[in-house]
Amino acid sequence: MSDLRVPTGILFALLGVVLLAYTAISPGARAPLDANINVNLWSGIALLLFGGCLLWLSRRTRS
Amino acid sequence: MTLHPVDYLILVLYFVFVLGIGWMAKRRISTSEDFLTSKRSVPVWITSLAFIAANLGAQEVIGMCASGAKYGIMTAHFYWLGAVPAMVFVGVFMMPFYYGSRARSVPEYLKLRFDEKTRGLNAITFAVMTVFSSGISMYALGLLFELVLGWSFTNSVLLSALIVLIYTFLGGLTSAIYNEVVQFFLIVLGFAPLSILAVMKAGGWSGISAHLQPVMTHSWRYLGHASENPMGVEAFSLIAGLGFVLSFGYWCTDFLVIQRAMAAKSMHEGRQTPLIAAFPKMMMPFIVIVPGIAALALMNMSSGYTLPLQPGGGYDYNQVLTTLMAKFYPSGMLGVGLTALMASFMSGMAGNVTAFNTVFTYDIYQSYIRPNEPDRHYLWVGRAMTIIGVGLSIGTAFLATHFNNIMDFLQLVFGFVNAPLFATFLLGMFWKRTTGHAAFTGLIAGTAGALMTYSLTIAEGKGGWITILHQFPSTMAQNFWIAIDAWVICFLVTMLVSLVTKPKPIAELHNLVYGVTDVPKEEGLRWYQKPTSLALMVIVVLVALNLLFY
Repeated sequence: MSDLRVPTGILFALLGVVLLAYTAISPGARAPLDANINVNLWSGIALLLFGGCLLWLSRRTRS
Repeated sequence: MTLHPVDYLILVLYFVFVLGIGWMAKRRISTSEDFLTSKRSVPVWITSLAFIAANLGAQEVIGMCASGAKYGIMTAHFYWLGAVPAMVFVGVFMMPFYYGSRARSVPEYLKLRFDEKTRGLNAITFAVMTVFSSGISMYALGLLFELVLGWSFTNSVLLSALIVLIYTFLGGLTSAIYNEVVQFFLIVLGFAPLSILAVMKAGGWSGISAHLQPVMTHSWRYLGHASENPMGVEAFSLIAGLGFVLSFGYWCTDFLVIQRAMAAKSMHEGRQTPLIAAFPKMMMPFIVIVPGIAALALMNMSSGYTLPLQPGGGYDYNQVLTTLMAKFYPSGMLGVGLTALMASFMSGMAGNVTAFNTVFTYDIYQSYIRPNEPDRHYLWVGRAMTIIGVGLSIGTAFLATHFNNIMDFLQLVFGFVNAPLFATFLLGMFWKRTTGHAAFTGLIAGTAGALMTYSLTIAEGKGGWITILHQFPSTMAQNFWIAIDAWVICFLVTMLVSLVTKPKPIAELHNLVYGVTDVPKEEGLRWYQKPTSLALMVIVVLVALNLLFY
C-alpha cells in the first residue's frame, strides 16, 4: 500500500486550510471563554504545519 | 451546542477520507490473511499508533475526562500504572512467543500452547465480549450526540456504524489500522488545544493547584488509606489490582491490541510496537484527563464555566468534555473537536470488529464449523462476519436503550472472565510444565473466584449476592480485589492441576514457551531500536512523570 503519510498529510493540511479560511471569512467566530486567543487561527496554523510536515517527510524518504 | 456549516464540512471531509483509505487498502486483498491479519506487512510507526488508538474509544476519552474532574490526577494511574508497565512487559517478554509461534490470533496461540478447549473458551468469550463492548460504546456515543447536539440517536448510531462497516469491509485489518493512525492524530490535535486553553484559563498548573484540594493534584501522596482519596482505594489494591492483574490481563492478552503488534513486518518491529506506543500512551493524560481537572478548577474560581448537572441533581461528569468544547471552541475548531470524538468512537469500534471477525473466522468457524475449505471461502466468511459483527453491535446498542441494567451486568461478567487471563498466559509462556487441562480449569476457577468475591462483598450497594462478609469503601476497590482474587486462584489452580496432569512433550513447545524458544537476536539494530533499550527509556520517563506529579 502506498505511503500513509501522503493522504494523512493532505487531510490535516486541508483541515488547517478550512480553519484559516473560516477565520478570514468570519473573524468574529469566537468561543465564550477563549481568553482573547483566536483559536481557529492558531489551530489552523498547527494543523497546516502538521500536514505539511507529513508530506515533507514522505517526499524526503522517496527521493 | 450548535454547529455551523463549517463544522459539518470538517466532519464530511473526515468521512470522505476514511472511506478513501478503505478503498486504497482494498486493492491489496486477495487472501483471508490479507484481510484478517494484514499478513505481517505494516510499518512499525503505524502498528504502534494503532496499538493505542484501537483502545482509545470514545467512551475512554469521555470517561477519562469525567474521571479527571471526579478524581483528579490520580486518574492518570489508569495510564501510568494501568497500561505502560504491561506494554513494556508484552513488548520485551511476550511478543517473541506471540510472533514467533506464527499464530494468527491469541486464541490460536492458546491452541498451540495448550489445547483445543482452552482456545475454544478464550475464542468464544472474546468474540461475545468484543461485539457487546462495541455495542455499548456505540450506545454511549449515540446518547451523547442526542443530548449535546440534538441528533437523532438512531441516525447517528446507524451512520457511524455504516462508515466503520464500509471501510473495514473494504480493506480489512489494514484499513482499520491505517485509519487508526489518522484517528490517533485527530484525537491528539483535536483535544490538545482544549487542554491548553482550559489550563491557560485556569492559570496554569499552579493556578489549578491553588483552586483545588491537594488530593486532586497529587497522584501518590494520598494513597496511604482508602479514606484519604476520592477513589476510595489504597496503594496495595491499586498496584496489585490495577497495575498488575487488570493491566497485564488486558495489554498482554487481549487480541484487540496484540493483533496490531502481530501485523508488524518483523519480530523486531512486533516487539517495538508496544514499546514505541508506550511513549504517546504516557502523555495521553495531559490531553484527556487534565481538561477534566482544569474544568473543576475553573468552576471553583467562578470563571464562567460550571460542571454540567444531572436532571436528578449531582454533577453529570460524562458531559465535562463536551461542555468544555462548547465553552472554548468556536465553530470551526468545534467541528475538529467533534470529528476527533467521532474518530475515537470509530477507532474503538473498528478495533473490535476486526478482532471479532478474525477470531470468529479462524478460531471458531475454521476450527469447529467448517475446516479444510479453500482460502477463498474463509475470506468470504471474514467479510460476512464483518457485516454480522457490525450488525450485532448495532443490535446491542438498541438493546441497551431498553435494558440499561443488562449492559452494566454484562460488563461486570466480562470483568470476571478477563481477570484471571494473565495468570494462564504467564504460566503458559514461562513454565514448560503447565498443561492444557490446568489452563482450562484455572480459567474457570478464576472466573468462579471473581464471582464469589463479588457475591460475598459489597461496595456502594453493589454485590453481596450471597452474603456480606466485607464492605469495600468504593466499587473501584471492590473491582481491584475481585481481580486480585481471580488472578491468585487461577494461578494456584493452574499450578496444582499442572503437577498432576501430563505435560506436552518439549518438542511440541518450540517457539511457544520460554526456554525452548530462540531468543530474538538484537544484533544489527541501532541502540535505540533495541527492545531492551526502548523499555529502559520508557521506564525512565514513566518514573519521572510519577515523581513530577507525586
